[in-house]
Amino acid sequence: MDTINILLADDDEDDRLLFEEALQKVRHSVKCKMVHNGGQLMEYLQGLSNGQLPHLLFLDLNMPIKSGLECLAEIRADPCLRELTVAIYSTSSSAADIESTFIKGANVYINKPADFNQLVKILSDVITLNWQYQRSELNKENFVLSIE
Amino acid sequence: MKLHVKYDTLVLYRAVIKEKLDVLGFPFSMEGQGQLHFNQYLSAAQLKEINEVLQPYGIQVLDDPQLMFSQKVREFIVELVHHPELMENNKFSDVLSRKLNHSYSYISKIFSDVNFMSIEQFIILQKIERVKHLLSNGALTLTEIAWQLNYSSVQHLSNQFRKTTGITPSSFQKIVKERRKQVESETI
Repeated sequence: MDTINILLADDDEDDRLLFEEALQKVRHSVKCKMVHNGGQLMEYLQGLSNGQLPHLLFLDLNMPIKSGLECLAEIRADPCLRELTVAIYSTSSSAADIESTFIKGANVYINKPADFNQLVKILSDVITLNWQYQRSELNKENFVLSIE
Repeated sequence: MKLHVKYDTLVLYRAVIKEKLDVLGFPFSMEGQGQLHFNQYLSAAQLKEINEVLQPYGIQVLDDPQLMFSQKVREFIVELVHHPELMENNKFSDVLSRKLNHSYSYISKIFSDVNFMSIEQFIILQKIERVKHLLSNGALTLTEIAWQLNYSSVQHLSNQFRKTTGITPSSFQKIVKERRKQVESETI
């Protein structure tokens, strides 16, 4: 299996550290790039040339400069970025909030877990599922997964 | 103005393969979905060449026998999920093992080694994807879908849907509907 390229946008340094450690424990071969806010995220994505898009973007909702939801809207409106799998990675929200995030185009909603092993399992599940979608028999438009 | 187009990935796949491989000049035939038979034994360099011309189209040559076997299992499961009548009321494990001529334990071992998930998880995933497809068409009710896909009850389907996706079938339907509305309002 090829290396999976992952991008994390999160302004919390501890969350980024935990995320990176958890990624090292998943069975897949992964490469991870991190950005610290929404502005940096959009700048980074728009600077990529075709075919360089990460396989998966983990997106925190509450970030300075540009919020996760603003970034999501921009990503879905941009023909070059539209295909990107977006996993919202955030603290708890109501069921209605989660539903509205999906309507705005998120593929995955992850409630940041308190437990490290659980984080490893969640990341591993999301990466595996995304990989299954990449392998083409599945319709990406129907990729909706909520993990609480 | 907006046009709706319908496309057949199989036709696309065949057209791309034919156009690209004819140029390379290795005689071949297509057998089923995702299988190419060459009249000669291909060297690693030739395989690489094939891989390079197909890669821009998202087509990848699988040269590992385990991968190839797992690909066959995947395709067969997808076919069974789309045509449950082929199961003739047998269990997945029996149908797979008979069709692929290997014990189910052998098949499931190779499958999970290559796919990072068990064959059972993959079957459920494919079934739920089929359910999503049928739900988003809106032509069938959940009860009708449950019946068509051989679920013992609509509750069983609903529970499996929730467990697999984290949301309810009705919420999924709403999400799809609202997303379409958004796309439509953007393109007007």
